[in-house]
Amino acid sequence: MRWLLIKDLRILRRSPLLVALLVLYPVVVAVLIGAALTGGPEKPRVAFANLAGDAEFSLGGETLSPQAYTDRLFEAIDPIRVSTRAEAIAKVRDGEALAALVVPADAADRLQGLLSLAGGDPPTVEVFYNAEDPVKRRYVESTIRSRLADANAALSDAVLAQSARYIDLVIEGGELSFPLVGEVKILGLRNARTLIDTSLRGLPQDAPQRPALEQVSRFARVAADNLDLSRPILNSIGQPVRVEQTVVRGSRTPLDQFAIGVAATLSLMLVTVLLAAGLLALERDEGVFARLTRIVSPTKLLAGKIALAAAAALAVTLLQLGVLRLFVALDVAPLALAAGALAFAALGTALGALAREVRVASLLAILLALPLAFLALVPSGAVSAGLYDVLNAVSGAFPFKPTLRALDGSELALAHLLALAAAYGALARLALRRF
Amino acid sequence: MNVAGIAKRFGDKQVLPDVSFSARTGERLAIIGPNGAGKTTLLQILAGSLSPDAGELQLPPAGWVPQRAAVYSKLTVSENLRLFARLEKAPDGAVERVLAMTELPPGDEAGKLSGGNRQRLNIAIGLLGDPPLLLLDEPSTALDPAQRERLWAFIGALEATVLFTTHDIGEAARHADRVLVLDGGALVGELPPGPDLETAFLDLCAGS
Repeated sequence: MRWLLIKDLRILRRSPLLVALLVLYPVVVAVLIGAALTGGPEKPRVAFANLAGDAEFSLGGETLSPQAYTDRLFEAIDPIRVSTRAEAIAKVRDGEALAALVVPADAADRLQGLLSLAGGDPPTVEVFYNAEDPVKRRYVESTIRSRLADANAALSDAVLAQSARYIDLVIEGGELSFPLVGEVKILGLRNARTLIDTSLRGLPQDAPQRPALEQVSRFARVAADNLDLSRPILNSIGQPVRVEQTVVRGSRTPLDQFAIGVAATLSLMLVTVLLAAGLLALERDEGVFARLTRIVSPTKLLAGKIALAAAAALAVTLLQLGVLRLFVALDVAPLALAAGALAFAALGTALGALAREVRVASLLAILLALPLAFLALVPSGAVSAGLYDVLNAVSGAFPFKPTLRALDGSELALAHLLALAAAYGALARLALRRF
Repeated sequence: MNVAGIAKRFGDKQVLPDVSFSARTGERLAIIGPNGAGKTTLLQILAGSLSPDAGELQLPPAGWVPQRAAVYSKLTVSENLRLFARLEKAPDGAVERVLAMTELPPGDEAGKLSGGNRQRLNIAIGLLGDPPLLLLDEPSTALDPAQRERLWAFIGALEATVLFTTHDIGEAARHADRVLVLDGGALVGELPPGPDLETAFLDLCAGS
């Protein structure tokens, strides 16, 4: 078998274009994916008109500026600062910006009025969109919406915190600062109750003021106890519904690792299947198969093709992952890749044995492998349950999805791949009877 | 060599119903017949490349030269010879011996050889094991007349028993000791070689 492997390697070496494609393709894919993962998404350009300027508002003695909230927004967008509303809209109309955000001049005043319970409408931030590219528009919309929601939530938290402080003051007493008036001492319900109880102890039992004072004392106690309970209620207003997320099924693999896994599996699949199919079909194309199988058993011949295709593809995929490592940190799962390579190689030999010609084998490999790979990536929620079961069954008969699962750490998937390798190897051996 | 009751079917077609014959050591035996008579199938069975459905074979180790040149185009002449020499466990010096016999350029890629030289390489591979029996399936295909004469002179000098198929009756007449006629998969007769072979063959085929 050693001489057959050497012969195949020699033939490959004398097909420089083929070897270059087999090596370059995964490396180029690796570079593209690495650049995409490290580059990050481009920030959408958004025109920003802050007509409120540096206006501030106070909350519970603390001075707040809208700047803190706009800074958070700018983390997600590429702002184009303009001075007027008309300019912002013009930027969107001209296509220079995907959206425009306009903070009205009276934003701080309206917010102050709301927080000091003076009444009035809340401030309204205007957002204008360019809908020429619906995909990008959706992205900008969701980005701005989520950032504004963050800002609203932050403000809401600040208001609630201040309200909780006010309640503490009412219960325990303390000092409160008012504009123009200065610091004012607040007695607090507990202190008031203490004072009343002290007075009650000095009064005779039949004193006419006793019932009224006892009533006030009771009120102060009940009010203090109940207001104490209001603090957790206030906290829940900011977040009335808590969300707990759990991954029940599937992996916890981050998205970039998943993308790398898909790229590696795709490269492994294409290189292995094409190589294995071509190497076997070549024996028939050259007319050597009958001469060879007089001396070497077809099973041994097949095993050699599978081993060579798997080893070559594994080497190329490891090279690809080595290049990707220059861009992102990643775990290499050599056992999973090796099992995947074996299964793909066996599939390739089955295709080569069935097709019997190199060109037909290559075409069959591409036509079969790519659609099946895409089908394996369809998530469960994207199609009906019945169709998903069918897709799952089809994907299970093909090494792509099990290789992804094996890369994710599934030991069952490793066994699945070995079973597929055995099955496809048997199919290839059967097909060789009419080779 | 002895061949008894060889039968072979492909699907619904009985390619060889019942073929029996024998050959003496050193004999030149030709099998002639029209296209589709089953000559190549018979030779593949004798070479061990196909299994018969029935029959017995008593053959010494054989070298086989298939009809289509079975060589690797991307390998050189010597690489092709060395590969098969190693696989067949040919004796030391076999490659050099056949290279000398066939006068092939060892460094040339097989895919770039002329049709005639490819056929010579094909034959050279069959001779690697210095086999006592040589099976040649239409060996002079793709050879020009001069090359054909050289080939037959070369075969004539071998000590091995040679069994060859051909649809060239003149070739069988000139180079065989005995001629067997295969038609529709059956051995329909044996004819003496010589100048009247063609007439005898046509009469035999018309009769069968």
